[in-house]
Amino acid sequence: MSASLDKGINALKEQVDSSVAAFFSSCVHCGMCADACLFYTETGDPERTPINKTEPLRRIWKSEYTLLGRIGKMFGLTAKVDDKLLTDWETLVYDSCTLCGRCSMVCPVGNDIALMIRKTREGMAAAGHAPIDLIGATKRAVTIGSPMGVKLPALMAQIKHVENDTGLKIPLDVVGAEYMLLLSSMEIMNFPEFIEAIAKIFDKAGVSWTIASEAFEATNSGIQIGVSDIAAELVQRIVDAAEKLQVKTVISPECGHAYMAIRWDGPNLVGKAFDFKVKHILEVLDEFRKDGRLKISGKEEQRLTYHDPCQISRRGGVIDQPRNLINMISDNFVEMPDTGKMNWCCGAGGGVSSNERADEIRLKVFQRKKDQLDAIKPDAIVSACSNCRIHLEDGLEEYHMDIPLISLTETLADHLAED
Amino acid sequence: MSEIEFLNWVRGPGFQIATIIFVAGVIIRFAEILLLGRKTNLAEAKGSEMRSGLRTIVTRSFPDKSTFQRSMFTITAGYIFHIGLFVTIFLFAPHILMFKEIFGFGWPSLPTPVVDAMAVVTIIALLAVLTHRMRDNVLRFLTTKEDYLVWLVTIAPLITGYIAFHRIGMTAPTLLAIHILSVELLLVLFPFTKLMHTFTVILSRWYGGAISGYRGVES
Repeated sequence: MSASLDKGINALKEQVDSSVAAFFSSCVHCGMCADACLFYTETGDPERTPINKTEPLRRIWKSEYTLLGRIGKMFGLTAKVDDKLLTDWETLVYDSCTLCGRCSMVCPVGNDIALMIRKTREGMAAAGHAPIDLIGATKRAVTIGSPMGVKLPALMAQIKHVENDTGLKIPLDVVGAEYMLLLSSMEIMNFPEFIEAIAKIFDKAGVSWTIASEAFEATNSGIQIGVSDIAAELVQRIVDAAEKLQVKTVISPECGHAYMAIRWDGPNLVGKAFDFKVKHILEVLDEFRKDGRLKISGKEEQRLTYHDPCQISRRGGVIDQPRNLINMISDNFVEMPDTGKMNWCCGAGGGVSSNERADEIRLKVFQRKKDQLDAIKPDAIVSACSNCRIHLEDGLEEYHMDIPLISLTETLADHLAED
Repeated sequence: MSEIEFLNWVRGPGFQIATIIFVAGVIIRFAEILLLGRKTNLAEAKGSEMRSGLRTIVTRSFPDKSTFQRSMFTITAGYIFHIGLFVTIFLFAPHILMFKEIFGFGWPSLPTPVVDAMAVVTIIALLAVLTHRMRDNVLRFLTTKEDYLVWLVTIAPLITGYIAFHRIGMTAPTLLAIHILSVELLLVLFPFTKLMHTFTVILSRWYGGAISGYRGVES
């Protein structure tokens, strides 16, 4: 992936469509997006105002796609995109934005600012201004198949452990299975309990499922860094495996951006509608609940709250399902102030957690989550994204808060009714 | 040029030129945006783009409680001056007479003292908005010269209109000519500045709502 300013500018040009043009035409610099962004509210730094992060894209729109801007360009009056601008903007676009999209929900003129920042990343990456750690993760995803460098033998080892612990067979490459499960590297390495939970729940539900040895990785570094070609290549691997195994539904695991990548961006990246469905694990579990395939016994007594992963709730549309499921296992569920589609990001999505340079700021902006939690003082936090989970644990430790994090899928598995 | 000749030019050719630039400019800007087009979304939809887009055009005027608390000044002052502009522009009897001349139809007006008071409120709100813009950290950072220009050409017709109505300082024809001239300045700059948001807000809210609604999220 050779990068240059020209490529960056071309990539930005390709990102401008009628929605982007309408968005930039409508922005009146009211500043409300700043108040909606934890990277501003917790730092007070006006540069981190969401709409400011889109400046490279705005300049390209103005100079290439507006009459006045084009006239201005002829006389050298319209602001240009150069390497200096992109260097200055790198930390704003990658380190100070998780693409959480809260700004998009409050913008009074309706601008999808997170989408505009996502598009800006395409230009930044093509021009060689992406964070070094994200470049590394993306390279590993392409060459090894996982951003964390997790290979098939590592997965096989975890599968063997799970099989030994549960006595259940973890199906691999089963042709004609109803569901094909994707996993994030984080789950394979840090939370193999997730695989165990799926095995138990799906066994009880009596549905067939499989993991594909050729495409088990759900995460998509191409989406985070903003390189559509790579994102498309990673999606294509999943599509190929799903078609080869003739599965009906591909399941996106407890990972935020993986869902965005495969469910919403996937078909557009590879340029064709999928022959199979894509569902988030919580959507599948909620269907099991509705069909009476998910039977629960006993309830959690502790006071639970749910942290909505941005890409699953606000950007993904999976909002009611986790609540339906939590209510099965809890009579003591309490919402944080600003919840569901208006929840505050944990501070580590959109590639921020893979970018060591952003470690300090992601922990600083965690203050927002702390305030939300302080308001309701839960005994435990349920979530549905391994990345949120790792960062929440990090943040809680940093702020000396002792609240355990639990995965919804794993908690449901713990409460499965015995026959 | 006598003051009557000046008024006649401003009302006649001046107004025509400004209107042509305004209308042509707005059409060009809309064409610039819409001709870019948008790729068809190939992901299976969870909700209707059209319904959600139309819904957001309306609902985005009503922020949720937490957003209101965080951006209270911007929202309150914004509401006041937008309503004030609407009332002073479209519900003032002499303005409606003018629209009737142009379009051939009119509509009921508000009592003049009400519009007069509204003009004062709007001017105060706009002054407050400017002060806020210059003092607030984020707004000062975001604000460009264009934003100040837009503010100026927005408040100018209000002030010149107020002065003309109360006949302060100069003779009536000159005051009226100055008022109309300030409106012409607004019309000419309108399509090429942030003032365009008056119209494009419909597009941007629709797109924002459609993108979100497609994924099954009400925005």
